[in-house]
Amino acid sequence: MTEPLLAARRQTLTPSPPTPEVAARCRGLVKRYGEVVAVDGLDLEVRRGECFGLLGPNGAGKTTTLEILEGLTIPDAGEVEVLGATWGKGSHALRQRLGLALQETQFSPKLTVIETLRLFRSFYLRGRAPEQVIALLSLEEKRDAPVGKLSGGQKQRLAVACALVGDPELLFLDEPTTGLDPQSRLQLWEQVRAFRAGGGTVALTTHYMEEAERLCDRVAIIDHGRVIALGAPGELIASLQAADVVEFASEPEMQRESLLHLEGVREVRRFGANWMLSVASLTTGVPALLSAVERSGARLANLSTHRATLEDVFVALTGRALRDE
Amino acid sequence: MSERSSPLLQLTLSRFREFVREPEALFWVFAFPLLLAIALGLAFRNKAPDRIPIGIVADAGAGRAAAAVLARSPVLLIRTMSPHDGMEALRTGKISLLVEPGPPAARDAPGTPGDTSLRRPWTFRFDQTRPDSRIARLEAEDALQRAAGRTDAVAVRSELVTEKGSRYIDFLIPGLLGLNLMGTGIWSLAFGITNARQKQLLKRLVATPMRRSQYLLSQVLGRLVFLLPEVVILVGIGWLAFGVAVRGSLWLLLAASLVGSMTFCGLGLLVASRARTIEGASGLANLVMMPMWLLSGVFFSSERFPDLVQPLIRALPLTALNDALRGIITEGRPLPAVTPQLAIVALWGIASFLLALKIFRWR
Repeated sequence: MTEPLLAARRQTLTPSPPTPEVAARCRGLVKRYGEVVAVDGLDLEVRRGECFGLLGPNGAGKTTTLEILEGLTIPDAGEVEVLGATWGKGSHALRQRLGLALQETQFSPKLTVIETLRLFRSFYLRGRAPEQVIALLSLEEKRDAPVGKLSGGQKQRLAVACALVGDPELLFLDEPTTGLDPQSRLQLWEQVRAFRAGGGTVALTTHYMEEAERLCDRVAIIDHGRVIALGAPGELIASLQAADVVEFASEPEMQRESLLHLEGVREVRRFGANWMLSVASLTTGVPALLSAVERSGARLANLSTHRATLEDVFVALTGRALRDE
Repeated sequence: MSERSSPLLQLTLSRFREFVREPEALFWVFAFPLLLAIALGLAFRNKAPDRIPIGIVADAGAGRAAAAVLARSPVLLIRTMSPHDGMEALRTGKISLLVEPGPPAARDAPGTPGDTSLRRPWTFRFDQTRPDSRIARLEAEDALQRAAGRTDAVAVRSELVTEKGSRYIDFLIPGLLGLNLMGTGIWSLAFGITNARQKQLLKRLVATPMRRSQYLLSQVLGRLVFLLPEVVILVGIGWLAFGVAVRGSLWLLLAASLVGSMTFCGLGLLVASRARTIEGASGLANLVMMPMWLLSGVFFSSERFPDLVQPLIRALPLTALNDALRGIITEGRPLPAVTPQLAIVALWGIASFLLALKIFRWR
């Protein structure tokens, strides 16, 4: 996708509302690790009270960006502002207002859940009672269990509990639901929503489309260390102007040209052995495809449809799948 | 909103809990030095000196007569053997000295006292680098000369001394205490901090408003909690099992142990300040401790090393600490007498802390 087109899309997707208060902002962020450019001139703005998602494949630069915002990684170039302050002098006061969970946060395995939370609570001038966050994250049964004996999902919940125990204004979550079972994931989403309902701001990274679509007010899609799309999930999907996706394979294969001219087909992409058609409507697109297959004398090997998702937005922008699954 | 407890207290409690929930760590801090003290104490406990085995070539009558004379010595253990077996036994260290009679003397002066059959040249074969051999040689010659009729010009009376404080165990216990303070101080900090860094616990803590100085302080405090039991157990066993009494002030002993422990915590902090892995920190810790194990007078006096390196050895923190501990325990020295040593120890500690804080890697 060309730069002017991207810029145009961004403008149409985010019509500037009357200057929202900014919780975190970065401009022209660059971070290199040797030869590898992890973040390559990245601009972001997280507004107060929203849930902002960084969506992208592994290695896109999501975690690096988040850790720069968290003041854990120093960027090679660019400006960072968090809650009106910058990292450096006085960052101790700033940390009082932040809560965060790292990607797979590690805790001392010999300490129990309650001991760990009491320790983290002690660093904050004001905050919630450890018992209270234990209840919030449903860790009551594991209250006195050593952290080393927790399951992956329980550890992840403890990480979020430690992020909440300081009663932060701004919450950074790096892949918070990776490794969680579906029930725990829903429960965690509820906690994030409750935190926002209390006036908090959330910035999270994820590679789950569903999570970004259902939890985030706005999403930045990141690839190769840059923002390639930004907006509300619904707007990004709507920008495809193709609400549904038809995926099929036939024997023998259909030609791209014959598919492109079908009624209502916006885009045709190769996906493994299958063709993927972005269609404005299933009711016109599927019959048109079926009759085209029949006319050419081919036989359908498989056919499936789904509503367009952020995954399709990513594929449309990069030509690659978001996740290798 | 909830009550907030002191972060320093919570950090120290965490360190303490991590430590006591690691049974191996307890073993190395408490049981190991005790076992070492008991084993060495038993090995070197005071008993009658061993007799030194010597060989006598006794194929002639003179040899048998000499064997009978030498067997009366309280120091020597006599074995008669052939010349060939004697050389073999000497070479393999089974005997310290081989005595061979020569041909009888040409003429005997009649009427002189003593066993005239012993009056002949004797050959003593021994390795003069072995102290045992030199003692055996002196003893054997003395016995033979007297038996053959030599008279002593002066009278000598032996008075045996077994004063407490001069035994090996008296030397050993203060050295083991110093060694233990070094080992636990360096290991517990180097291991605790490097482990936290390697497992990314440190990264998560740094992301909180935790005061970094409090984190480091808590690591030292978590170690010092064990100082009192450690000193009491080691010194107590030394006293109860071997009668090694503390002649100086107990408070001074504790204060010296505290200074020593904090200094080695500082060195441990320095070892851990950059290391990314436990393996890296272990290597560095061994590099720091190995010279002191050998040179600082734990198992034998450091005076044995050449004069040239003495100033260097004196400047090592463990040497200074051991000297101070020995001064207090075995000689009962007061504070002014051990102040120079404690000052050397403290200087090491302060320098290590300052350097470690400067180069510490927080992520």
